[in-house]
Amino acid sequence: MKNISLPLADDIIRSLHVGDPVLLSGVMITGRDTVHKWMIDTFIRNSRQAEGDDQEVYKAILPILQGGAIYHCGPVVAGLVTGDYRFTAAGPTTSIREEPYQGEVMHHFNLKAVIGKGGMGAKTLQACAEVPGVYLHAIGGAASLIAKSVQRVMTVHKLDFGVPEAMWVIDVKEFPAVVTMDSHGGSLHQEVEKHSSAKLSALLGV
Amino acid sequence: MKDLTEALVELIRRTSTDLPADIETALAAAREREAAGSAAQGALDTILENVAMARRDSTPICQDTGTPIFYVQHPAGWSTRVLKEQIRAAIAKATEQTYLRPNAVDSISGLNSGNNLGDDAFPTIHFEESEGDDLRVDLLLKGGGCENVGAQYALPNNRLNAGRDMEGVRAVVLDAVHNAQGKGCAPGVLGVAIGGDRGSSYARSKEALFRPLADVQMDTKLAEMEERLTAEANQLGIGPMGFGGETTVLGVKLEGMHRLPASYFVSVSYMCWAHRRHRLTVRGDDIHYA
Repeated sequence: MKNISLPLADDIIRSLHVGDPVLLSGVMITGRDTVHKWMIDTFIRNSRQAEGDDQEVYKAILPILQGGAIYHCGPVVAGLVTGDYRFTAAGPTTSIREEPYQGEVMHHFNLKAVIGKGGMGAKTLQACAEVPGVYLHAIGGAASLIAKSVQRVMTVHKLDFGVPEAMWVIDVKEFPAVVTMDSHGGSLHQEVEKHSSAKLSALLGV
Repeated sequence: MKDLTEALVELIRRTSTDLPADIETALAAAREREAAGSAAQGALDTILENVAMARRDSTPICQDTGTPIFYVQHPAGWSTRVLKEQIRAAIAKATEQTYLRPNAVDSISGLNSGNNLGDDAFPTIHFEESEGDDLRVDLLLKGGGCENVGAQYALPNNRLNAGRDMEGVRAVVLDAVHNAQGKGCAPGVLGVAIGGDRGSSYARSKEALFRPLADVQMDTKLAEMEERLTAEANQLGIGPMGFGGETTVLGVKLEGMHRLPASYFVSVSYMCWAHRRHRLTVRGDDIHYA
């Protein structure tokens, strides 16, 4: 088990390989479907004008994302009325929906770690090699357990996206995950897909 | 008529935080089958630890508390309009108490309603009048990750060389498991409806997910295929979380339906390992949860 801390330096990223279990500590940010689309449209492909608090939020998340991690997660949050936020359940959501955006987001922010479940595709794997970065697989559904690693909810951006889609800035300690895509071109997901595809063909005779 | 709102909140709390015993037992057995020290075994260890923690702390097993799907069987004389109001009130209350995540998003405006109440289909509520004096409410919380990997096939299917028979059903079900990889949070349970129209077929595939894991189909042809599909899906080697391994599904539940001569649908609903289902029974003044 490797303990790693945010921000992540390139030599740490390069030392990680598919199959390595890690415990991640530091400040990171949640972001899923709406956030990735917002980042791409407003700041990367510039297909929409920044409006409202867009620029302000961008400036606030920039230092966290540089060398940092984004977590594909839509948590259950207590304390919404008082603003004294606590995560009660915070497992990963399926990452593949961000495949059209993730590589560009990694390059734009120099984002080093993407945390989610189910793995991602070729574009993200290429970005992992180039940036360099890693994909960290958290255990899907293990939401109560992962919430325990969240020491503090520091703030939230874009709560108008809804609780699951907002950007929650969290301080985590020993967040458990497994490297399933590394900066050396390795992907556990590609391997398992290939193997199961051959097995399916054999079972069906096609 | 009784006000069941509080009892329904308790049903929701239990469903979100307390994994049914048959599923937990199957996950523990799956853990024993994985190689010592493998990523698959590590995933199942984490899952089992999380299940115990959620039950102890009364916190959601999974943050995606999904679409709440209710099946209500009621004796004659109950007002389904009032029951529906109580169910919706219970959903909003359970959301406030963080047993549920606010999940109802307006597809057109993109706005989350904030209280988990959407249109008539959110939460989903089915009513049926039944014989006897008991009122039964079954609840399934089905998250989006596994819902997204569900699939509907129309037989014949050329790509899979699947004809309009049980062998064709077998081919498309295994294809659906392969396509899902770990994205539905394996090891899951498959609910499969054979026949129906596109709507009724998907609905029945979800009803199959209410069957206990040990429940065996009366029809021997279906019972045999359930067993065979479970074994063959596990041979695909996708494993817990898609990490590779021995257990990809915990079970397969098949349901036969009537169909039009022209149509032969096979609908696959994938339920993640966090197979959250519980039942509330009201008999006179007694309230019972299972």
